[in-house]
Amino acid sequence: MPLAHDAPIHDGVRDFELDNGLKVLVRELHTAPLVSVWCWYRVGSRDEGPGQTGVSHWVEHMNFKGTTNIPRDQMKGIVERFGGMWNGYTWIDQTTYLETAGRDAVDQMLFIEAERMNNGLYDPEECESERTVIISELQGGENDPEQVLDTEVTATAIRAHQYRHPTIGWIDDLRSMTRDDLYGHYRRHYIPNNATLVIVGDVATDDVLRRVERHFGAIPEGQKPLRKVSLEPPQSGERRVEVEREGTTAYLKLAYHAPAAPEPDFFPMVVLDAVLTGAKGLNLWSSFRVPPPQRRARLYTAVVERGLASAVSGAVVPTSHPFLYTVSFTATEGVELGDLEQAALSAIDDAVLGVDEQEVARAKRQLKARLVFENDSVTNLAHQLGYFETVVGPGFYPRLLRSIQSVTLDQVRDVARRRLTKHARTVGWFRPLRSRSAAAPVALERTA
Amino acid sequence: MTITTASSGLSPLKAVLSNGAVVIAQETSMTPAVTISAVFRAGSMYEPAELAGLAYLTGRVMDRGTERRKAAAVAQELDDRGVSLKISTNRHNLAVSATCLAEDFEDVLDIVLDVARSPVFPDEEITKRRSEAITAVRQDEDNPAVRAVEGLLALLYGPSHPYGRSVKGRAEILDRITRSDIVQFHSTRVVPSSLSLAIVGDVYAEQAIERSRAQLDGWGTSPIPRVDLPAVPTAIARRQRSIAMPGKAQSDIAYGFTTIPRLDFRYYAYWMMNNILGQFGLGGRLADNVRERQGMAYYTYSSFDPAPAQAPLIIRAGVDPANVRRAIAAIDHEVDKLGAEGPTEQELSETRDFLVGSIPRLLETNQSIATFLQLAEEFQLGLDFDRRLPAVLQHVTLDEVRSAARETLHTSRASVVVAGPHEDFV
Repeated sequence: MPLAHDAPIHDGVRDFELDNGLKVLVRELHTAPLVSVWCWYRVGSRDEGPGQTGVSHWVEHMNFKGTTNIPRDQMKGIVERFGGMWNGYTWIDQTTYLETAGRDAVDQMLFIEAERMNNGLYDPEECESERTVIISELQGGENDPEQVLDTEVTATAIRAHQYRHPTIGWIDDLRSMTRDDLYGHYRRHYIPNNATLVIVGDVATDDVLRRVERHFGAIPEGQKPLRKVSLEPPQSGERRVEVEREGTTAYLKLAYHAPAAPEPDFFPMVVLDAVLTGAKGLNLWSSFRVPPPQRRARLYTAVVERGLASAVSGAVVPTSHPFLYTVSFTATEGVELGDLEQAALSAIDDAVLGVDEQEVARAKRQLKARLVFENDSVTNLAHQLGYFETVVGPGFYPRLLRSIQSVTLDQVRDVARRRLTKHARTVGWFRPLRSRSAAAPVALERTA
Repeated sequence: MTITTASSGLSPLKAVLSNGAVVIAQETSMTPAVTISAVFRAGSMYEPAELAGLAYLTGRVMDRGTERRKAAAVAQELDDRGVSLKISTNRHNLAVSATCLAEDFEDVLDIVLDVARSPVFPDEEITKRRSEAITAVRQDEDNPAVRAVEGLLALLYGPSHPYGRSVKGRAEILDRITRSDIVQFHSTRVVPSSLSLAIVGDVYAEQAIERSRAQLDGWGTSPIPRVDLPAVPTAIARRQRSIAMPGKAQSDIAYGFTTIPRLDFRYYAYWMMNNILGQFGLGGRLADNVRERQGMAYYTYSSFDPAPAQAPLIIRAGVDPANVRRAIAAIDHEVDKLGAEGPTEQELSETRDFLVGSIPRLLETNQSIATFLQLAEEFQLGLDFDRRLPAVLQHVTLDEVRSAARETLHTSRASVVVAGPHEDFV
């Protein structure tokens, strides 16, 4: 007999809206004396114009650097005193902040988020200091050849839509943006009627709502920002990009145009990805920490089992607008990228012709299990509630499992046939230049 | 309305089987899922130095066919249930773990224990996984963070201590490891008397233990050969090492010391000292200086993990190649200051509140509970360790933490390794 609740975990979520337009989602969960608070904003790197790439992410950083009522050096320690953690992230559609701590810290968590929404300091010196931190973050990413390749492939596969530029921004924009650029972006997007506050955990709904009203109720509504994007024109031929850098290992990345989460193709695409590379689930915050079940997946058997690649992974992510379906391969030592590419594309062509009923059934079982695994904490559940509310809209998240279960074999075949085509793909190679990086490991040593 | 919150303390059941295997089970009710974690004391510290990478390669091949299941059957049974079996190897342990739906618990437990107990190590699988392992070693060679940390551990412990060697070994060694080496390592080390099996989740604890007992029945064991670790070298001078990685964008700094084993009575004072130095908030005093005040790094922190031997305390930072010297000077400053003066009363109080308050958060997921219980078992801390821990931390004094800092944090005895495209800094 199971100990866990029979009801789906999204049951029992209550939603409210303050007079200033702030959406509030509350899910009581009393399995541990913990509460997770997330504040989501409908702003991401797609909302950035020329010369300002990376501004959303930089703004996120600035919102850890003091507010009118939380001096810069006192932000640290507010939730830590209750055993809490806090963090935030920015991606193409959204920016979010979180705290998870003991239940006695609810007021402190709400206070921090209310301050962030309305009272950021944006001290010019702090903005300058953070510029180099962010450039350091970018450089850290550039140390990773797979990330370098991903940036190149994304910018090649997407030509018009703002999804084409990396969330962290292009380096010249990071060097030239000003404090006023940051503050202007903050003021435009950080308003209650552009945000969703999610609270999950050991709270009483009525009580926590009173607290929310007290912390956020006086923040004035703002003019909702217009989110303009350029629509991506259809791709009419294969694109290729090759990166050559010092390194030891070769990588291959394939990108196809993926449906946006609200499109009918989305769930068939999720199932198709599970058939090709194993099911990942749909939680950006937690899923990547768990490897997918993929030993029987088509691309795993086609390239890893044949010794051509040491790893393969696929990614289809719920986004507001059409983004990319990518498949990434690590070439096994000694394997030529051309041979790996040929085997991978051949396996994809086979899938287009013949995904079968058994594969689809297995993929759906895997996805059902992943949806359970990815809700294993108040933090992860709060992420899911806020993510789908922000990126897609109300009502989407509770239907996830039903939407996956209703996908048919014909839909999977159809989406494979229409979307995994040669003329709509981008092929990226990372070719390592071995001459210098693989040189003698120690250049200098000194004992003082 | 009265709200009842589940008790924050764990209430695990434990059984020690006649063949020496320890089974611990903990019920949870957040999701209808179960985590199964079989940890064997079979990490790289138990492999011969000339076969560095043997434990890692053994782990990579273990789940590729058993006496009862071909590799394809293992794959099919796992994939059909949405389960990915994870086999991980570190310096101390080799762990086989999986999370499954509660309804699949008995089937998946059977697979996990079958893989651990009866692998057949087919030659063709060894060939394939060896290539993958060598590729992973090559990827590490291209990763400044890994190069810096491995370089630091080599400096701190030297080649004769297993902490000084990479878990994955080297390509040329992996190339010459034979099936017989793997079979021998498995039969000697992956045995019931080195096993701690944790089952955490939506399953009755008694049933989980009985099921495990039935599965492990008949797996005989002989005593595990004892491994005496060589003495950890004492640093008497500062050592610095630069690893040139042209073409990279950022330099990675690994800076550290050797400290104490987990069972040393000073452990909790060291733990709190490390929290103050490089953990509290977004990275303790180190992050306040290197990141927040000087804007030099996206990440800087220190780590200090429990270990049977003298664990390393490792300070890390990723910085612009032009800032390597300045970042090391900032780290030196914080190390010197904390070493000489110790923390303030307020820092100690904040850190204590944080560590005590974070216990429920650390015991929230099935996987994190399993990890906690197995660590408690490894160091014989007791089934009630989560309940005792707050009082233990409350009793640590400011003088004890100051002593920990004074004993460890000396810039003149630090080892520093930097990997990246920087100009020489030594």
